[in-house]
Amino acid sequence: MGFFDIFLVEALVNGLLLGGVLALLALGLNLIFGVIDVAWICYAELVMFGMYAMYYFVIVFGLSYWVAAPMAIALIGVMGVLLHVLVIAPLLGTAPINQLLATGGVLFFLQSLATVAFGIDFRNLGIRLPTLEVAEVFVSYARLLAFGAALTGMLALWLFLTRTYTGTAIRAIAQDREIMALMGVDTRRVYVITSAVGGALAGLASCLLVLQYDVHPFVGLSFGPITFMICVMGGLGNMIGGFIAAFIFAEIISIGGLYLDLEWGYVFAFVFFIAMMFVRPEGLLARRS
Amino acid sequence: MLELRNVDTGYGTFQALFGASLEVRLGEAVGVIGPNGAGKTTLMRVISGLIRPTAGQVLWEGTDLATVPAHRIVELGIAHVPEHRRLFPRMTVEDNLRMGAFMPAARPKFAQRLEFVYGLFPRMKERRNQLAGTMSGGEQQMCAIGRALMSDPRILLMDEPSAGLAPVIVQQVFELVRRIRESGLTVLIVEQNVQQVLKVVDRAYLLEAGTIRMSGTAAELSASDTIREAYLGV
Repeated sequence: MGFFDIFLVEALVNGLLLGGVLALLALGLNLIFGVIDVAWICYAELVMFGMYAMYYFVIVFGLSYWVAAPMAIALIGVMGVLLHVLVIAPLLGTAPINQLLATGGVLFFLQSLATVAFGIDFRNLGIRLPTLEVAEVFVSYARLLAFGAALTGMLALWLFLTRTYTGTAIRAIAQDREIMALMGVDTRRVYVITSAVGGALAGLASCLLVLQYDVHPFVGLSFGPITFMICVMGGLGNMIGGFIAAFIFAEIISIGGLYLDLEWGYVFAFVFFIAMMFVRPEGLLARRS
Repeated sequence: MLELRNVDTGYGTFQALFGASLEVRLGEAVGVIGPNGAGKTTLMRVISGLIRPTAGQVLWEGTDLATVPAHRIVELGIAHVPEHRRLFPRMTVEDNLRMGAFMPAARPKFAQRLEFVYGLFPRMKERRNQLAGTMSGGEQQMCAIGRALMSDPRILLMDEPSAGLAPVIVQQVFELVRRIRESGLTVLIVEQNVQQVLKVVDRAYLLEAGTIRMSGTAAELSASDTIREAYLGV
């Protein structure tokens, strides 16, 4: 049984590490939803573009990973602003279905654009980070780095939201949109800042994911649906709920993958999601209104 | 200081104010009384820019506020305590107060204003880390007034500060209004509690069905038969 337990521990650890990255992805989506009340259906496609940016910066332009990462984060932040200004802002105040359809359209637009621009080849940075062994448990440095960076990113966001006037306004807007003008807050400006932050979080995620996964135009499909499920289960717009849900999903995937195949891990996660929708349709930490 | 000239406004096809005119002078406390649905809240909203006049002018020291974006109006010294308080319920008292000091001119004075507000409402200091939505109605009203005072305004617009509060708390709220105006702040207050509000204001206007029906000093209105019969129940 000892042999078996080591694998379980390894799966638990890997689940935890995966959870950090999923939590980061969910956080960006939740931030946008909580503040602007719009779901960026194309969120994972922003991540895909960030991964391509990393590929081009590192492989094609020969920059170091540490120079490329901040550039990719900034670039996807700008993409977030463009998405807001060009697509979301003109549709604010119209039926929510319009915004869903529009960002859904952007998803296919970005996938097609990537196919045309980058081709359908799988690409990677060719960086193979070593594996760390602690008491017979193997953990990859890439996952550890991703976990650490994801937690750091989330901490930075938390400090921004709690310690600055703009961050406080971002939290306030999610609670009462209409009276923000009475506080002297220009909501349109806060939306643009929030979109930049949401985009930058996607950019950070892409820097971390590109260390573990190949990039191709449809790679968004690997993260997009699971990110949405996490957000819905945590309660859309609820950042803490999303954080917890990310780790629950990651552990289900990781442990499910241990006993069967990795694909089965995802199957379990989706079954769990559907079951939870019957039990707690408002999300894990639903507020009783 | 503040003047409304023949203001018309409304929501879509519904017109809420018909040629409303009123004036508030520096250092005055002015009340607007009238029944539910008379347009009192709309009157406040048209001053702070949450709704725009369709005709007439809202003048603040000669500037037409219709040309000023809503989020810049507070920077001119006009703070609005909205109807139903409208705190950010899942933020702490201190974060709510911080939002009141959001505008760039107020930020350097944050610590000083916070001390002023905590001096006025010691209860808020005790509860500064409590979520605003978990406090009692009276405490929430204090927090809402404190939030408006954080911007160091020159005029305070108060929309029904006594609404939904227990009678003993209503007394306290009006006592606060008295203290705030004694501190030299100009106040425009909208109230259904006619008896109480006429005790704290210098002058008042009667608003009915979107039209100013009557105006005068608090003493004149208290003595008027119309007001006595319809609003004071004597």
